[in-house]
Amino acid sequence: MSLFFLITAAIAIGGTLAAMTRRNPIHCILSLALGLVGVAGVYLALGAQFVGFTQILVYVGAVAILATFALMMTQGHIVSALIEPRRAFSRSSVSGFVTAAGVFSVLGWAAQSYRPLTPSTQQAPAAGAKEVGVALMHTYVLPLEVIGVLLTAALIGAVVIALPSEEERS
Amino acid sequence: MTPLNLFLLLSALLFSIGLAGALTRRNAILVLIGIELMLNAANINLIAFWRFGPNPEALTGVMFAIFSISVAAAEAAVGLAIILAVYRHNKTTNLNQIDTLKG
Amino acid sequence: MIHLSAFQIFLLLTVLKIAVVLVITLTAVAYTVLLERKVLGRMQNRWGPSRVGPFGLLQPLADGIKLFLKEDLMPLAVERPLFVAAPVIALACALISISMVPFGAETTYQGVDLFQIANINVGLLIILGVTSIGVYGIALSGWSSNNKYSLFGSLRSTAQVISYELALGLSLVGVILRAGSLSLRDIVNSQSAHGARSWNIFGGLQIVGFFIYLMAAYAETNRSPFDLPEAESELVAGYHTEYSSMKFAMFFMAEYANMITVACVATLLFFGGASSPFGHLTDHLFATGFIHAVLPIFWFVFKVFSFILLYIWVRATLPRFRYDQLMGFGWKFLLPLAMVNILATALVLAFRS
Repeated sequence: MSLFFLITAAIAIGGTLAAMTRRNPIHCILSLALGLVGVAGVYLALGAQFVGFTQILVYVGAVAILATFALMMTQGHIVSALIEPRRAFSRSSVSGFVTAAGVFSVLGWAAQSYRPLTPSTQQAPAAGAKEVGVALMHTYVLPLEVIGVLLTAALIGAVVIALPSEEERS
Repeated sequence: MTPLNLFLLLSALLFSIGLAGALTRRNAILVLIGIELMLNAANINLIAFWRFGPNPEALTGVMFAIFSISVAAAEAAVGLAIILAVYRHNKTTNLNQIDTLKG
Repeated sequence: MIHLSAFQIFLLLTVLKIAVVLVITLTAVAYTVLLERKVLGRMQNRWGPSRVGPFGLLQPLADGIKLFLKEDLMPLAVERPLFVAAPVIALACALISISMVPFGAETTYQGVDLFQIANINVGLLIILGVTSIGVYGIALSGWSSNNKYSLFGSLRSTAQVISYELALGLSLVGVILRAGSLSLRDIVNSQSAHGARSWNIFGGLQIVGFFIYLMAAYAETNRSPFDLPEAESELVAGYHTEYSSMKFAMFFMAEYANMITVACVATLLFFGGASSPFGHLTDHLFATGFIHAVLPIFWFVFKVFSFILLYIWVRATLPRFRYDQLMGFGWKFLLPLAMVNILATALVLAFRS
């Protein structure tokens, strides 16, 4: 077990735990950004540099910032209204935690019962920009096109949804 | 080298944290974040199986992770746009208060 | 003589490199401020700072002392931890990205590259990623200040930066396609064959890409004509309204450090980095010795400061955009243009090979 993996895993777990438990949503999103950096570190520990830094660029630099932005747009001016009330043991939260604990026990049991495996190659195979680009343009060209259509649709869809309707504008 | 089991365990933990968040939080934005977390946990599995799998030169897991990251980005954009639209209509993003079928 | 292992030498040299680059960058930041005030002054037909030291050369020192000794005000209603963290995030992200920049020709001593702190094969991606983390500094400072003007400033700034990030990233794809790598060293090497003729902006036909990069970079660094986040006439001072003393100085330094990073990246990607514009024509003049080693650094610094001069020139010339014009320019003009540029570059490369 490498030290690097331990540190990044601790950052990932700590960040995401804080993201899901803090009462102030802005703190949640910041802890989430930290946790996602940790996840990117786990990718680096696995030797996938390109994906790791894409993760930072897309998740930390775009998705989490977008979430901060949405939060500031919707309720940024009233800090106190943002903070969720303490409701430790309401019925819905208990059932949520029980479900999550059940899922974790099943997944954890499955992961533990997996036979110990070592990588087939000592050094991670090169997964830099060039290799990824070649693979995208040859083997995975159809998924790439589909993703392109999806992203375009999402772009237009997001603009249309967020556009104020006629009555609201007047 | 860290054994595969630990990566799987980490991803299972992150998935459960995301699931718990998505089920228990009341703020729509935080629910969306919980869903993103679950996607991330799945990505860790994809990359780990790529690294430990029999044929890593094919870059299968890396490709899958890249596609899943782009799908997640699209999802986040549309999701936040929906949240903004809902906020404009209901003046709140608390999911308990957005419970009317008629606008 | 103590014998050091290879790792110890690596560690020692790396720490030394970081220290030297940090000192030089911060000094450059201080003197860029002076340069800006001087040049702006001349362009507006006045002197600029001229009292402290000969030609006002000690002005940065005086400013630094002033900012250090001022009272560090902490307004009552601020969200304390984030209020303190925001300027630190902004400055740290601005300084981290410099570590990827190769400052001179590849010169190794005991296997350690002397003129680049870290040569990573996805260096460009890291610079883009770290720059995008820097937005947190702006967003948090506005939110934690608990002040309407700050919040508006940071909302504007965040929206502006994430919009122009797209155009910025896409404008670089043409260069990456030509070099076939994200490593900054490889990108520089791909354009050092015949001097200025093989630079990406001329020989690489990336002049459109460079134009997009330039516009997007002005917006990314919140510089005039895109300095709406801190438009004095509308928002007091935007996201750093509530900041004073060293915290304000950190935002100020982050802005100028970002300027320097952006200028470095432009130099590396479009102007051949540390390579000489005359290619190998002048090699026989300085074939050996000290000048041969230092000349690439001279070219690099020369190019970077030409960019900073361009920045200042633009600031003195152009008025500020209106906000809807800014968004329209980014989304409706720069983004499609960047995509057309990628398409054209890819087609040219495909037909050439």
